[in-house]
Amino acid sequence: MSSVAVRKAAPAAGTTPGTAQGPPLRRRVALIPTAVLLLGAVYTLLPVAWVVIASTKSGSELFSTFTFLPGTGFTQNLKDLNAYRDGIYWQWMANSALYAGLGAVVSTCVSAVSGYALAVYRFRGRETIFNVLLAGVLMPPVILAIPQYLLLAKANLTDSYLSVLLPQILAPYGVYLSRIYAAAAVPADVVEAGRMDGAGEWRIFTRIALPMMVPGMVTVFLFQFVAIWNNFLLPYIMLSDDERFPLTLGLYTLLMQGANTPALYTLVITGAFLAVLPLIALFLVVQRFWSLDLLSGAVKS
Amino acid sequence: MPHTKRRRLVTTAVAVSLGATALAACGSSDDDSKADSGPVSLTYWAWAPGMDKVVDLWNKGEGKKEQITVTVKKQASGDTLVTKILTAHKAKNGPDLVQAEYQALPTLVSNDAVADISKSVGDAKSKFADGVWQQVTLGTDAVYAVPQDIGPMMFYYRADLFKKYGLKVPTTWDEFASTARALKKKVPDVDLTTFSANDSGLFAGLAQQAGAKWWTTSGDKWKVAIDDAATQKVAKFWGGLVKEGAIDNQPMYTPAWNKALDTGKQIAWVSAVWAPGTLTTAAPDTKGKWAMAPLPQWSANDDVTGSWGGSSTAVTTDSKHQEAAARFAAWLNTDGDALNALAKEGGIYPASTSAQLSGAFSNPPEYFSNQADFYTEAAKIAKTTAPSAWGPNVNVAYTTFNDAFGTAAKNKSDFVTALNAMQDATVADMKKQGFEVSQ
Repeated sequence: MSSVAVRKAAPAAGTTPGTAQGPPLRRRVALIPTAVLLLGAVYTLLPVAWVVIASTKSGSELFSTFTFLPGTGFTQNLKDLNAYRDGIYWQWMANSALYAGLGAVVSTCVSAVSGYALAVYRFRGRETIFNVLLAGVLMPPVILAIPQYLLLAKANLTDSYLSVLLPQILAPYGVYLSRIYAAAAVPADVVEAGRMDGAGEWRIFTRIALPMMVPGMVTVFLFQFVAIWNNFLLPYIMLSDDERFPLTLGLYTLLMQGANTPALYTLVITGAFLAVLPLIALFLVVQRFWSLDLLSGAVKS
Repeated sequence: MPHTKRRRLVTTAVAVSLGATALAACGSSDDDSKADSGPVSLTYWAWAPGMDKVVDLWNKGEGKKEQITVTVKKQASGDTLVTKILTAHKAKNGPDLVQAEYQALPTLVSNDAVADISKSVGDAKSKFADGVWQQVTLGTDAVYAVPQDIGPMMFYYRADLFKKYGLKVPTTWDEFASTARALKKKVPDVDLTTFSANDSGLFAGLAQQAGAKWWTTSGDKWKVAIDDAATQKVAKFWGGLVKEGAIDNQPMYTPAWNKALDTGKQIAWVSAVWAPGTLTTAAPDTKGKWAMAPLPQWSANDDVTGSWGGSSTAVTTDSKHQEAAARFAAWLNTDGDALNALAKEGGIYPASTSAQLSGAFSNPPEYFSNQADFYTEAAKIAKTTAPSAWGPNVNVAYTTFNDAFGTAAKNKSDFVTALNAMQDATVADMKKQGFEVSQ
């Protein structure tokens, strides 16, 4: 912990006198990474800036004015989006929140339990299960969408909220992360101590291990949330009723209205802009759980 | 559906072709399409905007009498929808009705996803031009869908700039070429138009006008003629113009293209009847300055056009109420009120000939308010639509077109080579899918 703190403080210290030989060296080293990081930041933020600015443009300004010149149509775009088919956009937003929120919570719980079990208990077949999970991590969810559809069609569950929620609950990557994290953050000594004191396994997990795993679980939650929020193919295959569409799918239907109808660019861009806001808000809120680092734990060695 | 890269799933992954004899194999059993009694509810996958409102007319009127209720589930158009329909069909889980583009019908038919409704659509045939009707029968005795909207191709140009530069509206492709050259000479930084390789429907329509028949069947065998003489003529013509720099080679539907149209850097567009909608968003500042004329012809005494876009209403084989669904499909696309509502809510140009001059089309589109006879002209042009011939893997031909012609246009290289690539890829894919292809 302390070494991290020192490193964090270092750049500030570099500007103050007193570290005579430090600053020049450190600056030279820091310049290139900083430049690379800045470049990366520009690369990732530029499209976001484009969306933000384009969402302020009216239909006639969108393609005619300078790309990064804000337009005058933001409130009108919002009104249009709100009016589009009696505000179905907000229904999509609520659906996305449901799929991503509930899906990520349940998925995180499942990941936490299974990751903990895989890390703490030794049982026959443990490595096999873990390896299968690893293979699952390598399998892109895209190619699973159609088989999942065929399966759920047998159970008569397609075109329902469950059809999108169920397949996303077991996330191999989440279980993998949880196992790695549980192995690092929950020392065997602590579990042993709990047993000595007579706590049941479930109690040890919920009362002792889980609090130690919180930062890791927050990561799993965020990963899942973002993955479900952005997922396109699974809901595309599963759902046909647009009252149940998530945002990704809804915005896609606005783009693909058939040859004789122009794509509703302004609505899609404004819609995309609004769709990013909950993600940004979520990251800002959850960030503080994150600042705890891997080294925090119960046993100092 | 212009716009953006279409997400192309590999259709073959889901579309297990049922037997090589696609057309012969798709007579669906008539047993399950017996007249229904009692209330029936149907689901309908469609992408046309406002379709739910049109269907409400049915549910409150005709449908109420017949106890047939239809629910619209709005979809995104494009090839992905075909994949989705085939996936649903594989699970026997499809909707009762689907909106399908004409070029997708053979794919749906060869996968046995859409039903033959010839017994239930009554006298619908008489409401449509022969060339249009042929697209839903695929040249057989069966009827696989009812035509909904069509996209007869036309020539759009900036009337004011044509005047300013002293250009005449070309009536033949030769004149078109000389107009392009004359303009380039006069104003080097302005192009007549562009050859865009990002929407294959345009090229297919141009080839169709020239008399190309890309897919045909004889007996159990398919014949693919994407590289036939007519198409080669079209490819050489556009390739030549691009090569000599008489027209631009940049793709359409990009912000740059919008800007070129809006600022008069490109002053014409070969498009279809739905162009006013696209121009409204692409070139908002030039409203009222455009005019529409028939497509240039290959020889002065021809009078024929191609089609770009358009769709139909098909009944799926999964439907348990095929007859009821077919009755609705016929009503939707032949009833005057329904078509009026479709035109008003969905902005479609109806396939039904009588509807093309009905109330909704008495006034020109707002963007073309200067051309009072827009829709009378359009209806005349629509009558001259050449028959088209789609096959079961149009998506493969189209993808290859985008790649091969995209590169050829960019490098200003030989278009005929690109055309051959398109032919080869299409034939190879059909063989792979198990179709018999005659050479």
